[in-house]
Amino acid sequence: MLDAALCVVRRDLLLAWRRRGDVATALLFFLIVASLFPLGIGFEPNLLRAIAPGVIWVAALLSSMLSLSRLFAADHADGTLEQLLLGASPLGVIAAAKAAAHWIVSGLPLALIAPFIALQYDMPGELTPVLALSLLLGTPVLSLIGAIGAALTLGVRGGGILLSLLVLPLYVPVLILGAGSVDMAAAGMGGEGQLLLLAALLVASCAFAPWAIATALRISME
Amino acid sequence: MNWFWYASPQTFYPLAGRVAPWFGGAALLLALAGLYTGFFVAPTDAQQGEVYRIIYIHVPAAWLSMFIYLVMAVWAALGLAFNTRLSGMMATALAPTGALFTFIALWTGSLWGRPTWGTYWVWDARLTSELVLLFLYFGFIALQAAIDDPRRADRAGALLAIVGAVNIPIIHYSVVWWNTLHQGASVSVTKGASMQSQMLAAMLLMALAFWMYSIAVTLVRVRCIIREREG
Repeated sequence: MLDAALCVVRRDLLLAWRRRGDVATALLFFLIVASLFPLGIGFEPNLLRAIAPGVIWVAALLSSMLSLSRLFAADHADGTLEQLLLGASPLGVIAAAKAAAHWIVSGLPLALIAPFIALQYDMPGELTPVLALSLLLGTPVLSLIGAIGAALTLGVRGGGILLSLLVLPLYVPVLILGAGSVDMAAAGMGGEGQLLLLAALLVASCAFAPWAIATALRISME
Repeated sequence: MNWFWYASPQTFYPLAGRVAPWFGGAALLLALAGLYTGFFVAPTDAQQGEVYRIIYIHVPAAWLSMFIYLVMAVWAALGLAFNTRLSGMMATALAPTGALFTFIALWTGSLWGRPTWGTYWVWDARLTSELVLLFLYFGFIALQAAIDDPRRADRAGALLAIVGAVNIPIIHYSVVWWNTLHQGASVSVTKGASMQSQMLAAMLLMALAFWMYSIAVTLVRVRCIIREREG
């Protein structure tokens, strides 16, 4: 069972490595969106410091969402997904592995480059670890919830834009807790409460989302 | 009694046709009684004046907006569990009414907010959750509209409704918390004094009227869906 999961993760990572451009596009999108806000709002340092956590989190949300439509599309097109559905390993495990691979490709890099964007916004240095940690805890939840939407919209007309309509409202708690943890830390109250709740969301979505993704895949493939 | 007897569209179609006018009539009578009590019998509010009377529309609409989503999720779960065709049709038929009430709640809320708070929109916890709820309804409707095969549309919508229903409490509490975190500019919404009995009566009458209306239009809509699909 674990072998199958590892195999899927390894395969997805290898495919992502072979198409490095796609991965880079999502990261560049993140960088560009985060750099556009000061151009629109102005470069008053206090204002930028105040909006930084929210802007970085919203940009991370959008960037993670953009790569979701690719999560199952290629496997659906070449028939791999059907084989996975017919295979002996539980579909939930495979779904979790696909989401994990998506996170490694699109969530983890965001957490790693976010500190550099924080510099653009003149965020105090002691907040950067909180920001990175909140992204590390929050982006896997985005991948797991997003995978449900990606599975539901598989092969549907206007899939990409529909996916955003389904998934973004469900992202609200992650956004609030993620940006909130940095805000709390900035206010000197420590962001531990929000980070713990983010971790709780992560555990809950690890438990329930694979089941929902598997059901959604079965619905879309029947 | 066999509970599954009416789970078939063929047997449910005539039943829905028979009872829908009664629910519609009840809605009309209750709404007339509720509006009369609300506008002519209930006293003017000491602090807010006549403006407060919008709550006779606003509060029942807000109640129903949340309740209908729950009912929709229950139908959806039944549909996934028992694979009954009617359950999915009921969920589909409920969604537009739920979205309508969510919109009415937001609209009347902002009309009430302008004279009372001095602004049409406040990022208050309840307003924000209601807005997210509206997006959830739109997502459900859009997903079903995008899928051509009705059975797949039903099942995909059902899963989305269940995921949404699980998320609604989490969304609500995270929004409440976010709101208290940014307390600075917000206005307290909680109405201090307890409600007068005539006001309460008017509100309950209106809530019942909205219930009856929802049942009536859902039954009519589900009849249309049955006709479309079963020919």
